[in-house]
Amino acid sequence: MSVRPLSYARVADVDSAIAAVTRNRDGAFLAGGTTEVDLVRQDVLRPTLLVDINDLPLNRVEDLPGGGLRIGALARMSDVAQVSAVRRRFPVIAQALLLGASAQLRNMASMGGNMCQRVRCSYFRDATSPCNKRDPGSGCAALSGFNRGHAILGTSDHCIATHPSDVAVALVALDAVVHTRGPGGGRAIGIDDFFLLPGDTPEREHPLEHGELITAIEVPATPVASHSVYLKFRDRESYEFALASVAAAVRVEDGTIAEVRLALGGVATKPWRARRAEASLLGQPATPAAFASAAAAELAPASPRPLNEFKVELAQRAIVRALGTLTSRPN
Amino acid sequence: MGIDVVSPPLERGPGAGTVTLTVNGRTHEPELEPRVSLLDALRERLGLTGSKKGCDQGTCGACTVWVDGRRVLACLTLAVTCEGREVTTIEGLAADDGDLHPMQAAFVEQDAFQCGYCTPGQIMSAVALLREGHAGDDGEIREWMSGNICRCAAYPNIRAAIREVRDAGGA
Repeated sequence: MSVRPLSYARVADVDSAIAAVTRNRDGAFLAGGTTEVDLVRQDVLRPTLLVDINDLPLNRVEDLPGGGLRIGALARMSDVAQVSAVRRRFPVIAQALLLGASAQLRNMASMGGNMCQRVRCSYFRDATSPCNKRDPGSGCAALSGFNRGHAILGTSDHCIATHPSDVAVALVALDAVVHTRGPGGGRAIGIDDFFLLPGDTPEREHPLEHGELITAIEVPATPVASHSVYLKFRDRESYEFALASVAAAVRVEDGTIAEVRLALGGVATKPWRARRAEASLLGQPATPAAFASAAAAELAPASPRPLNEFKVELAQRAIVRALGTLTSRPN
Repeated sequence: MGIDVVSPPLERGPGAGTVTLTVNGRTHEPELEPRVSLLDALRERLGLTGSKKGCDQGTCGACTVWVDGRRVLACLTLAVTCEGREVTTIEGLAADDGDLHPMQAAFVEQDAFQCGYCTPGQIMSAVALLREGHAGDDGEIREWMSGNICRCAAYPNIRAAIREVRDAGGA
């Protein structure tokens, strides 16, 4: 399939990038392009101008005072996964990155772009089926279609597409903050607020305004994250999206769970912070029974369909496995 | 401080314009529309048909090339974004006198292909893999080569070729 004609501009500074996209209603930023070029070719996205931001000085990963991290929006997945501070203090981030995509794609894909990657729902991607995300009001072919990979949490009657990112799941567990600059200035958005539930407006996935650019992702100092893990379950062992995944960090004191972070991927319409499970676990003994009870609490509101009903059990087992893995090895 | 004026960047396209590409150390100046992928530019405009078009959507790895020494997918890269960068394709691996790169020779030696369509991408990935230090054991090779799909399932022999070059001291 050939791409619609489009214009291109390469910019060297953030203000020029924002101005160039803001000026053109159908303009878009271009970073790694791994989602964008693909979806432009599929005729799902139709920008008339791509503003190449790869030369912007936003690719550094810096330590923040106190133990946090500032990840530049243009840092590549492969590079972030190799930073020793990430591996040491936030292993869940490094693991989530390396369990995503392929080596080639990780070399291309930026962290900011990863936050903006689009869903893998085949009805969204085919550019012709009814899809409320691509063509608001047209309906959702996935509701009664082949929806084995689709979401069971955070769904609506208008969209059940699963959020595809792995690293965003880790970042949601860690209360990361997305920093942006736009025509109206800069702001910081808590990552849980950065991903919107589909609700009645599945076409709106982020609170970003047109021309607003992600500049960095900050991860606050999180000592518990040094004892963290990302587990991913999928149809093949590598280079595949999750059917269910878990980002987890736990601190156990005297056999009791003193601190816990838990988020799910592959099962929800956004990277899913498992707050019910976290609340259920705090103060409980670190036992399989407590893990199972917390997992059941998290999945209680699940709304599966016949083809993806297996995810309810799979997600619970994944939670139990992640917590068991973390608590069976020394802090 | 002076007045902060943001001048509009130079827009190119949608029509064709000169794009300066450095491929395997040689400079080319094809006339390309901005929408043209690096893969199409290589194959259709520069006559470098070694990089293969399998899926054209970033899932098969047959188009793997290096940009500034890193393995990437040429089908998801717009050619115009490669201005000022060094592109290396399978055609750039062999020595000037025609001697095969050690990884090419090992693929032949180990019978690491059947139809051969994925092979250029496999080899570009395999050489990068050794450089990245991700060929420690078969499990690691499997994982870090997973972005290159082989429909003929020559995987065991591809791993053997990689091991051969690794054990001979790298590529």
